[in-house]
Amino acid sequence: MFRTALRNVLAHKARLLMTMLAVLLGVAFVVGTLVFTDTVGNAYKERFLTTLSDVSVQATPPYDEKTGERGTVDGDTLRRLQRLPGVASVTGSVEGVAAVAAKDGHPLGDDRVTAGGNYFPQADGEDTRHPLTAGRAPTGPDEVALDTATADQGGYRVGDTVRLAVDGPVLHKKLVGVVRTDDTHGSGATLALFDDATAQKLFLKPGRYDGVTLQADRGTSETELAAEARHVLPEDSDISTGAQLRERQRTEAAEGTRGLSQVLLAFAAIALFVGVFVIGNTFTMLVSQRSREMALMRAVGAERRQVTRSVLVEAGLLGLCAGAAGFLLGIGVAMGIRQLFASTGSGLPDGPLVISPGTVLISFLVGVVVTMLAAYVPARRAAAVPPVAAMSAIHTPPPVRGLRRRNAIGVALIAIGVLGVVFTASSGEQGRTIVLLPSALLLIGIIVVTPALSGPAVDLAGPLLRRFGVPGTLAPRNARRNPRRTASTASALMIGLSLVTGLTVVAVSATASLHERAEHSVTADFEISSKNSGHLPPSVHRTLAKSPAVTSSSPRRQGAVRIGGDEVTLTGVDPRTIGDLLDPSFVSGSFAALGSGGGKSLLIDTSLADSYGWATGQRVPVVYDDGVRGSLEIGGVYHDDEYLPSTMMPLATLQPHLKETEDASVLVRTKSGDGDTARYSLQRTLDQNPVIQVRNTDDLAEAAGGEAITLLLNVLYGLLAMAVVIAVLGVVNTLAMSVFERTHEIGMLRAVGLQPEQTKRMIRLESVLISLFGALLGIGAGIFLGWAAGELAADSIQGYEMVIPWGRIAVALVGAALVGVVAGLWPARRAARLDILTALKAD
Amino acid sequence: MHPHQPLSAPEPHAAHATDLTKVYGTGDTRVVALDAVTVGFGKGRFTAIMGPSGSGKSTLMHCMAGLDSPSFGSVRLGDTEIASLNDRQLTRLRRDRVGFVFQAFNLLPTLNALENITLPMDIAGRKPERAWLESVIQTVGLADRLGHRPAQLSGGQQQRVAVARALAGRPDIVFADEPTGNLDSRSGAEILEFLRGSASALGQTVVMVTHDPVAASYADRVVFLADGRVVDELHTPTAEAVLERMGRLTPAHA
Repeated sequence: MFRTALRNVLAHKARLLMTMLAVLLGVAFVVGTLVFTDTVGNAYKERFLTTLSDVSVQATPPYDEKTGERGTVDGDTLRRLQRLPGVASVTGSVEGVAAVAAKDGHPLGDDRVTAGGNYFPQADGEDTRHPLTAGRAPTGPDEVALDTATADQGGYRVGDTVRLAVDGPVLHKKLVGVVRTDDTHGSGATLALFDDATAQKLFLKPGRYDGVTLQADRGTSETELAAEARHVLPEDSDISTGAQLRERQRTEAAEGTRGLSQVLLAFAAIALFVGVFVIGNTFTMLVSQRSREMALMRAVGAERRQVTRSVLVEAGLLGLCAGAAGFLLGIGVAMGIRQLFASTGSGLPDGPLVISPGTVLISFLVGVVVTMLAAYVPARRAAAVPPVAAMSAIHTPPPVRGLRRRNAIGVALIAIGVLGVVFTASSGEQGRTIVLLPSALLLIGIIVVTPALSGPAVDLAGPLLRRFGVPGTLAPRNARRNPRRTASTASALMIGLSLVTGLTVVAVSATASLHERAEHSVTADFEISSKNSGHLPPSVHRTLAKSPAVTSSSPRRQGAVRIGGDEVTLTGVDPRTIGDLLDPSFVSGSFAALGSGGGKSLLIDTSLADSYGWATGQRVPVVYDDGVRGSLEIGGVYHDDEYLPSTMMPLATLQPHLKETEDASVLVRTKSGDGDTARYSLQRTLDQNPVIQVRNTDDLAEAAGGEAITLLLNVLYGLLAMAVVIAVLGVVNTLAMSVFERTHEIGMLRAVGLQPEQTKRMIRLESVLISLFGALLGIGAGIFLGWAAGELAADSIQGYEMVIPWGRIAVALVGAALVGVVAGLWPARRAARLDILTALKAD
Repeated sequence: MHPHQPLSAPEPHAAHATDLTKVYGTGDTRVVALDAVTVGFGKGRFTAIMGPSGSGKSTLMHCMAGLDSPSFGSVRLGDTEIASLNDRQLTRLRRDRVGFVFQAFNLLPTLNALENITLPMDIAGRKPERAWLESVIQTVGLADRLGHRPAQLSGGQQQRVAVARALAGRPDIVFADEPTGNLDSRSGAEILEFLRGSASALGQTVVMVTHDPVAASYADRVVFLADGRVVDELHTPTAEAVLERMGRLTPAHA
């Protein structure tokens, strides 16, 4: 039996190649994921070993309970730590935000990660955290060092003057050094370093540090040193040994990569699931073509079981080859995934590829098991061929069973799936994880009834295709000939497309609702804020208010007050202009309240009103930050919204009680709207300060999640592409098999005058038809699942309304048609090139 | 053995081959299937080509029908020299000017009887002549079977559909390759009657390849091939006469 199976594999090389590709790609995906995960995990481990190798103890002073400010360590403490026995070196760190502009003026780094700090020279004049690659350490108030990436991107060289900003006006510092950094912020981050005094002045207070790291002498353990340091450091400082830090970072990294690995493996599983259809289909076709051969085996005495086993062994051999090839390709895929993540700036570390023995084993196991599983049903069917079929002159494929039972099961699955999805979708929060189960049932149900659907669906296309003449008449009829085959080919495509569509619906709807709400709530043209969150100097508003380009403006200035026992942040706005700039949906009251009542009024959002039980007209006693008591009248309640502050009150009332005058943001309306011209003019007004961002409502929506959603969606598209590619292979496979089976027929058609182009067109149309059928099913299911997912997400995304992305659906359909054309190219060419006489003689 | 004799007949030819030679393979595997065959098929006549296996009768038909291209020599269909046509032109010629009846698998399983009959015209995008189509359908007795798929028809009925398809486009010539090979004798006789009738009553030129003397006896004339050459011919044959001539060609039979 084994020899027969081996011979068969070899005899059908070309036809099995496609099948092998389907398994191979799935295996490659799995292997790629595993190798990638191992590699990233290893790289993390390596990096933490190097970054923290010279840290024996790290200490962060506690937050000041009263002021809520971060704790600091003074220079004295540092000196005392230095004198402790067993200390090799002490490093005091100062950290903050410093935005750097490139030479041409545009801000560097992405919106969040723009770090600043101190260069802390040790006895040898070097800071071990930041090894210099060029120039020297910054030593004076006008000097700065940048990391290599920032210097490169900004086009700066040692000796140039760098434009940067912390929270005030633009600073000009001379670049004296370039350093390497192992910072975990990843690509896209910038780092600017100053000498101690400058860093302390910019980020903290003179003579103060955010934290310290100690390096132990040889012979002193980290624990001993930590115990010693505890006596010197402020009480309740967070003290960790290097070993603890490394362990913590390692577990965090491991969790991070595990999560990523699970997501990737889920997509690999989807690809393999699609692969099962392709394999199953191929084996069904191979077996039916060889039914005479199988019958002969049975006739000469092979048992049913032996025939089944011979087909399964054949599948196993194929799976083994596919596993081996998939393993090799998987290593390539791993490199590809790494490249993909590197290009999206996720800041994963780099390192040598790690291929564990487990991965090798899994690749073969997955290849063999998946292939044999998919071949099981066809193998059983092969054995069902009666031995007498060997004697009959006419080619008899195994009997095709009716679809009735199959349809009943499918309809039942769909019904359960739909009901389940609708039910869980309406049950809110708890439904989130459960919804996956009925969704899967629904998809499987659709797959089960697809053969029955294929007939009517193909008939619908009939009239449209008739304009293509005889090829157009024959294509749909050919597609109808074997509903099971057409269906499983289309199903493979359906799975990928339903997921693509579902995800697109949710993502597009969520993004649209973000934009819609930003547009609705913020009527200002721009919001000006600092990357150094909440620290916009009041001069920014003064400058803007004076600018001729600005027609109205208001700061959003925050101050903490105590109400009852709680601390609440109040936001002061300009009552005269705020109505031009924000448009909350008021449940009760209005902006007019801010102008009346002697300025002692307060507007609050619904979530605050709900949690305190406040209503319009109520008076609320407050204790300001400076200890002064007062009372405010609730002048209105509006729907909460991430684009709006949770409270609004007249700035003039809040201002006298504030310790520091800083704005969270400034809202402006301009003469020329919210376009790029207006933006540029505002940036010019603000001296092109790199720490200040000027954002219109679209930018706000993108920052509020739109950007992240788009990025995520693109990554998911990339992952699903694998499933779609496998499905396309399935279409190619099915058509190639069909052409082979219809050799005689094609020969006859050519004999009676069908031109080669017409023959090609007939095959291509069939291919397009199958592809579009799969795509339509997938898109339909995807929209439904997208709707359900949206219902579940609606709780966490305000104002979520389903948007059906017709444009993208049209693109998907055109794409599916193209896929059909491409998948049909090779089989069509084969069909057109058949030698008529040979084809007519074929049996 | 009969010497080579000129076969030019008084009536005009629907198709004519001159020095038609077909060689397959090269070197050791070289096989001469047709060796300078010169033969004509008269307009409105029903001609049978006979010969033992490997005599070249099928090759002759394939070359005359534009399914295969000759190695040397000329083949004329009416005024058209088909040896010089390219694949496209040959395909169009088969579609518009030639009708085919094969031994088996003549029909497309996805098309019903009527669609199968009009297939060549549909491929060409031509409308069939209604009156002619109806008379063909009447002649082969399929009027009540037009909506049936081939799977719902008997072997004889399927072959009648094939004959109707071959006649429906009023081709210059109909080639039939062992049209009764897969049929029982009664159905076979029906098909042969149709072919003879189409020549005698409708003036359709028909060329049939067969190895069955009884089938050949329906023809107006039988051309005998052996080893790629025309070796004999017989006019208004009877089955016995054909059998007798065949016997001379195959010594084993003698």
